[in-house]
Amino acid sequence: MIDSAVTVETHHLTRRFGPIVAVRDLNLTIAMGEVFGLLGPNGSGKTTTIRMLCGLIAPSEGTATVAGVDVVQSPDLIKERIGYMSQRFGLYEDLTVAENMDFFAGIYGLEGPGRRGRIAEVVSFLGLDRRLNQLAGTLSGGWKQRLGLACALMHRPPVLFLDEPTAGVDPAARKGFWSTISTLASQGTTVIVTTHYMDEAGRCGRIALMSQGHLIALGTPDEVATQVGGRDLEDAFIILQERDEQEQGP
Amino acid sequence: MRRFGPMFRKEFIQMRRDRLTLGIMTAVPVIQLLLFGFAIQTDVRHIPTVVLDESRTPTSRDVIADFQNTGNFRIVAQVDGRDALDEWIARGDAQAGIAIPHTFPRDLARGTTATIQVIVDASDPLSSQAALAAAAGVAQVRNLAILSAAAHSRALPLETRIRPRYNPGLRSANYIVPGLVGVILTITMVLVTAMAIVRERERGTLEQLIVTPITKTELMLGKIAPYVGVGLVQMTTVLLLGRFVFDVPLTGNVLLLYAIAFIFIVASLALGLFVSTLVRTQQQAMQASFFFVLPNILLSGFMFPRQAMPAVFQWIGAFLPLTHFLKVLRGILLKGVGVTELWQEMAILALFATVLIGLSVRRFQKTLD
Repeated sequence: MIDSAVTVETHHLTRRFGPIVAVRDLNLTIAMGEVFGLLGPNGSGKTTTIRMLCGLIAPSEGTATVAGVDVVQSPDLIKERIGYMSQRFGLYEDLTVAENMDFFAGIYGLEGPGRRGRIAEVVSFLGLDRRLNQLAGTLSGGWKQRLGLACALMHRPPVLFLDEPTAGVDPAARKGFWSTISTLASQGTTVIVTTHYMDEAGRCGRIALMSQGHLIALGTPDEVATQVGGRDLEDAFIILQERDEQEQGP
Repeated sequence: MRRFGPMFRKEFIQMRRDRLTLGIMTAVPVIQLLLFGFAIQTDVRHIPTVVLDESRTPTSRDVIADFQNTGNFRIVAQVDGRDALDEWIARGDAQAGIAIPHTFPRDLARGTTATIQVIVDASDPLSSQAALAAAAGVAQVRNLAILSAAAHSRALPLETRIRPRYNPGLRSANYIVPGLVGVILTITMVLVTAMAIVRERERGTLEQLIVTPITKTELMLGKIAPYVGVGLVQMTTVLLLGRFVFDVPLTGNVLLLYAIAFIFIVASLALGLFVSTLVRTQQQAMQASFFFVLPNILLSGFMFPRQAMPAVFQWIGAFLPLTHFLKVLRGILLKGVGVTELWQEMAILALFATVLIGLSVRRFQKTLD
């Protein structure tokens, strides 16, 4: 069953919050270097899925393996192999760009010349050179995003989790962000991303469409659109959302 | 523990940039010290006193002068009748009244017991106690003089010679200021750490932090370490001001004091950490801190002697780090004692620090559940 090309694998992954089932019986297999999109309306279970895969929330049932590590059994080890960016800017606004990067490099165990070298590498990769001494709190949305990515990439994680990374970011910055993600994927990083933007979903290799904790459709963007019965992805998404609202209705 | 360094550096930079908190942490000791040092005097003196002298003789005036000479009584008025005297005390213009009846000189001359009435407004027990003791003292001194004259004896049969050790002037500043070091440290250290972790939770930075490989111990210790420095600076401020403004002595080994203070500060910070694992918001952290701080002030022996408390409260007091640190502070500063006398307190404080850090690490979850 061990396949070196598979980086993320879940079996019957389920999470309940009291009576609510946030994620139900999720089975996914994601290959190395894939850009995998998690799509769905708010409350469909995307964030809960990502948090379970990062070891931030324990699954109620089922198993998940990320980069060869069992999420339930070794929630600490998993954190050395993943990078994570949450929906909310999670860095220190009262520290400068350089101080934030230095802190996370240190927390990820980089020391001495290795640390300096890696920071310089990430800085030039993301074009942060001219922002180094700016307080993170004064950055615009797009720059905050890049800084968040920089800190999440410090330790060269094989798997990168991005939870709505482009919410509140202008279109130009979004475009730049996605080309960065493509570059990372081409270098072998597995990227798992949630998004609300259909044009972004179209840039994923495969997507999983979720609704009320269920996996509704899985495949390339075109395949998913066909499975749900829409002309394109956007159409499919709207069909899905309407179906949800009918079920929740009176 | 290799991630302790980066965590410590980060906390230190953040602390340095948070000018407001830093300002409060340095201003609080100064303000508190001046307030407590100047305002709180437990030795009650100059109680406003009203006098009703019905006899108007040299002897009665003599007695009144005796009262005044104790320094406890300050005569504010002479009145003509008992009603007027009661009125003064009822209004609160006088807290004590001395009534000398017209029979006073006659009784004294006859050798029967002459009485002087001292009325005290006892609604404030502290000041009335001082007045009562002083009044009894006045009568006793008079009695001795009269009796020894009658017995034609020049030597007193018995005398107690009192030596007030460690604080010969019985100055309350000497008692309050060392205690204040402990109180200020407790308040600021508990509050500051209780807020520190909750703030990260509220700002969303904790989520980013717990998805890294940092261990709970590294996180906790890195978080509290910079504040150890703040605590030591606060203590130095209070001690120096106490020394030069209030003349509080620094009798013992100051190095030993700093060593034990270090343990106490860690214990207080650990208490703050523990509070932070119980609450979710900064507001709750603030309230919970005060809930912990208040018993520290009331039951530790900072202001009220623990010996006077019922056994239950003495027991509760024994579970407060401040109680033990106060013994150390007063022991070293006033009595000049050393490790031989204080090792128990040191051990207890170290135990507090270890247990509280252990509890906090156990309670803190690196998850978002």
